[in-house]
Amino acid sequence: MLYIKCPFCGMRSQNEFAYGGDASVKRPELNKEISNNEWDDFVYNRKSLRGKHIELWHHVSGCRQWFKVQRDTATHEIFKTAKMDEQI
Amino acid sequence: MQKYSVFSLIKNAFSDHMNWEVAWKDPTPKKEYDVIIIGGGGHGLATAYYLAKEHKITNVAIIEKGWIGGGNVGRNTTIIRSNFMFDANGRFNEFGMDLWRNLSQELNFNVMFSPRGIINLAHSDAQMNAYARRGNSMRLNGIDAVLLGREEVKKHIPMADFSDDVRFPIFGGLMQPSAGTARHDAVAWGYARQADSMGVDIIQHCEVEGFNVSNGKITGVRTSKGEIKAKKVGLCVAGSTNILAEKLNMTLPIETHCLQACVSEPVKPLLDGVVTFGAGHFYISQSDKGEMVMGGDLDGYNSYAQRGNLPTIQHVLTGGLALFPFLSRLKMLRTWGGIMDMSMDGSPIIDKTHIDGLYLNCGWCYGGFKSTPVSGWTFAHTIAQDKPHELNSELSLNRFSTGYLLDEKGIGTKTWIG
Repeated sequence: MLYIKCPFCGMRSQNEFAYGGDASVKRPELNKEISNNEWDDFVYNRKSLRGKHIELWHHVSGCRQWFKVQRDTATHEIFKTAKMDEQI
Repeated sequence: MQKYSVFSLIKNAFSDHMNWEVAWKDPTPKKEYDVIIIGGGGHGLATAYYLAKEHKITNVAIIEKGWIGGGNVGRNTTIIRSNFMFDANGRFNEFGMDLWRNLSQELNFNVMFSPRGIINLAHSDAQMNAYARRGNSMRLNGIDAVLLGREEVKKHIPMADFSDDVRFPIFGGLMQPSAGTARHDAVAWGYARQADSMGVDIIQHCEVEGFNVSNGKITGVRTSKGEIKAKKVGLCVAGSTNILAEKLNMTLPIETHCLQACVSEPVKPLLDGVVTFGAGHFYISQSDKGEMVMGGDLDGYNSYAQRGNLPTIQHVLTGGLALFPFLSRLKMLRTWGGIMDMSMDGSPIIDKTHIDGLYLNCGWCYGGFKSTPVSGWTFAHTIAQDKPHELNSELSLNRFSTGYLLDEKGIGTKTWIG
């Protein structure tokens, strides 16, 4: 069982959360020509790092807020969590 | 190579089985190979075997970080099937079914292929319609498919919960009678033994640390046992694909996740084939030893841990109990996890890359074992001929940017959402 510290509600068990994937992915800028490769990187391509990984989680059975988690994908150790507008 | 037979068994019994030949050697790497296959799992071993057998390329090395067959080929739930709707997936895997049927004889190693059938359960009229469509598509590709009604399903699995007040009542199911199971370790060992006998070097405990690329062409790999030159390199590393891709400055449409499976204590034979309960994220079969072999969902977040988390096991078995209440009386013997290379459309990639002489075999999601022979066969062709075979021409890397996805189920890596 993972225990994740929601930045709004505090420490809760994994069962309350849904996973949202890599948080470092940036949508291409609006109102400008976007190449196939840029779309490819945004929609499909992922680094899927082994080790420290910054990712999105959704406190779906709690405050329903999205937030960022820095977690080790090999050991599942959670180093930091942060609100969406904060840096990790 | 010594042939395995009842006569060799009797002969070796007289010397207390102390004089068997080694099944494969433990060579030190040569300075250069025609082809290096990275990854000594089922797919890598099969690729080396078909390179030697079909294309007469025997100056080949398999480089494996751990020991052969220690990854997903030793961790899966041994199911073999070709019940796909899309032409590309159906033809590819049905070609594989033909390879499976003859594999024990071909490898002179009993892989215990047992075509006992698979049933995908349906729980609504709409799902029955969808399965009728999928069954028709399968039959158009020469794959056997039978649409079963509720009573017919009951004949196959009378121990399932057929009461009316369940959340997902059984309406029927789609059956592929020729699907089945095989002894997974034997597949790895059988391919390894034959590949070795044809001159392939199987190099274990040798980690790839980097690649040598010059002028857009691969020239070799840097390993924990030194540099090895190669004209061609094939990547067959499943859950480690992203790690090696990073060393090549490639970003792939792959996310790495942990999938768990479990077995119960052994019981007397009660379940003949494989049953999938999609609505409950659960599937089950019974091994030849009598254990109930079960699995279901991914853990639900990127993972390289090769072991899973308890909430997922609980979720999977909750679904299992809803379908088969008798499971509540069984003790769990083992649970384990494997690392899946989840592609973004749920279908594999067997293709060339932008680097000359570098070939990619990945994206097997949780269906890699069934495709072991055909994956090796087509990957060997792709490497030897420097172009994909017709069977894997649609399993291309660029289908994500061109839009020709093979989204068989339309769920990709976030399977728990679907």
